[in-house]
Amino acid sequence: MRGTVINELERLAEADPRISIITADFGYGVLESFAEHFPTRCFNVGISEQLMTSAAAGMALCGNIVITYALGNFATLRCIEQIRNDVCYHNANVKIIAGGGGMAYGQLGMSHHATEDIAMMRMLPNMRVLVPADPEEALASVRYAVQTEGPCYIRLARGVEPILYHKEDLPDISRVQRVRTGSDVALLLCGPLLKEGLEASKLLEAAHISASVFSVPCVKPLDAEMIQRIAADHSLLVTAEEHMASGGLGSAVAEVLCDIKEPRAMLLRLGLQDVFPSVVGNHDYVCDYYGLSGQKISDSVMKMLR
Amino acid sequence: MNSEEFARKLRRHVVDMIHESGAAHVASALSVADIIAVLYTDILNIDPQRPDMPDRDRFIMSKGHAGVAVYAALAEKGFFPVSDLKNYYKNGSVLSGHVSHKEVPGVEFSTGSLGHGIAVACGMALSARSAKKEYSVYTVVGDGECNEGVVWETALTANQYALSNFTVIVDRNGLQATGWCEEILKMEPIVDKWRSFGWEVIDVADGNDHNQLRHALHAPTNGKPKCIIARTIKGKGVSYMENNILWHYRPPQGELYQQAIEEIGGEHI
Repeated sequence: MRGTVINELERLAEADPRISIITADFGYGVLESFAEHFPTRCFNVGISEQLMTSAAAGMALCGNIVITYALGNFATLRCIEQIRNDVCYHNANVKIIAGGGGMAYGQLGMSHHATEDIAMMRMLPNMRVLVPADPEEALASVRYAVQTEGPCYIRLARGVEPILYHKEDLPDISRVQRVRTGSDVALLLCGPLLKEGLEASKLLEAAHISASVFSVPCVKPLDAEMIQRIAADHSLLVTAEEHMASGGLGSAVAEVLCDIKEPRAMLLRLGLQDVFPSVVGNHDYVCDYYGLSGQKISDSVMKMLR
Repeated sequence: MNSEEFARKLRRHVVDMIHESGAAHVASALSVADIIAVLYTDILNIDPQRPDMPDRDRFIMSKGHAGVAVYAALAEKGFFPVSDLKNYYKNGSVLSGHVSHKEVPGVEFSTGSLGHGIAVACGMALSARSAKKEYSVYTVVGDGECNEGVVWETALTANQYALSNFTVIVDRNGLQATGWCEEILKMEPIVDKWRSFGWEVIDVADGNDHNQLRHALHAPTNGKPKCIIARTIKGKGVSYMENNILWHYRPPQGELYQQAIEEIGGEHI
C-alpha cells in the first residue's frame, strides 16, 4: 500500500504544487523518487515527530497540502497534542499518512504497533480517519484526502498487500464497501484484516451460517446510513480491527447502533481486549493470538450464536 | 505611535484586562510587552485591513499564556476595536486566557501548550523558503518554554534548512511557573546552547530596551536562523511584580491595581 500511496502522491504533486511531504526519518526505499522529483517539497526533519507535525500545520496554513509520513504510532501517538492543537484546532490541511498500522510489524513488539491510533484520531474534531484494506482502497484514500480540505489520517499497513476484492471502479472511500453478501451475520472490518473476515465467512458458510462481509475504510465520518441498514438486515454485527476493541471501529459502529430505536442486531466487537500486544510473532501469528484470524473470528461468531 | 508609547498602552490594557477578569499571567505579559511593542510598531509587515494578506510577516506568540499582550497589540493596531478587549476572559468571549485565533483577526496561531508555536513558525518559515516568498517569520518563546524538547527539535531543523527568514525571541526573564529557571532546569549558558545549534544568536542585555531590541531584530542573520535572547524582567514596569513569581498567577486588585497603573504611567491613557 505504501508504494501505491507515495506513487500516487508523486503523480498528484505534478499537477498540484501545494503538495509537500514532511517525514520523521521514515520512508527508506519509498520516498526517494518523490524527493528527487520535488526536492523543495520533501523534507526529512529527522526523528522529530512533534516538530514534524507542528511544522506541517505551519506549512499548511501557508497554503500547502502537507503530508506527514511516519510509522503509525509515531505519526499519531507521539505527537497527539500537536495533532490536536496545531492541526485539528486550526483545521490545517495536513494529511497524516502512517505505515505499520495495527500490528503489521508483528515481531517488532508493542512499541511499534499502532493499536490506539484510530480511537485517538477519531476523537479529534475536523479529523477524518481512513483505514484502507488493500492497494485500491489506499489509492482511493489518498485521492480523497488530497481533494478534501482539512486534516485526515490514513492508516496503512506494510509495503505489499494483495487486492482483496473485485471493484468495478475505484471505490467511494467514504462509504462502507459490501464485499460479500450473506444474511445472518455481518462482518465489518477495516484495514487488511478484511482478508480474515473473508476467510471467516467461508468457515461460517461451511457451518451453515451466512455471513456478509463489509470493508469500512472510512471510520470517520462513518457511513452511518449504511451501518443502520446492515443492522436492520442481519441479526448479528461483528466488528474486527487491529486495534483496541474500545475506541475504534467497533465503538464507532456501537455509537450508530445505540441511536437506533427499533429492535436491531447485536454487536460483537473483536480487537485487543484492553491488553497490549506483547506476544512476538509474524503478523498472521499475532492477529491469530489476539483472536483476529479468520478462524478465531469464525469461532467467536459461532460461540456468540450458540 | 512610537514603540514606547505603544508599550505603555499595552501595559495599561494588560493590567486592566487582568485586573477586571481576575486572570493570571500579568507578569508574563509585562515581561514581553516591549518585545511585542517593537515587533508591532517597527518590524512586522502586516495590515489590519487585510489580516490574511498572503505575503504578510508571520508572528506566533509561542508563550501563549502572555497572549493578553497580543490581543492588546492587535486592538491598538486596529485589527479589532479596543473596546473588545473588555471581553477578555468573559463568558461567551472569543478572547481566551491563552491566545486563540478563532474569530480574532490578526492572531496568526493559537497557542497555550508550550513548544507548539515555535515549531509551527518553523514550518511557516520552511514554507516561505521553499516557495521563495519574501516574508519573515517571528516567534516569542519563554525561557521556561525552552524546557520543552520540541523547542530543540525546532532549533535543529531550522539550522538544517538554514532558515534565515526565521527569528526566535526568547523572553529570558529567568522565572517560570514555580520559580527561578536556573533552579528548576538550567538553561545557561543559553546563548552558547542556541549558537551550538547553528543559530545566529544575539544576546540583548536589556530585553525591555526598545533600541536594543530593534538593533537585534535588524541585525544580519548571516544566512542562519536568528535567536535573540532578550534578558527581560518579569513583571517589568510594576515594582512589586518585578522578579516576583507570585505575579505569574495573581491579578492586581485594590490599591495594588492603582499602584500598577501609576507606575506604568497609565493614568492618562
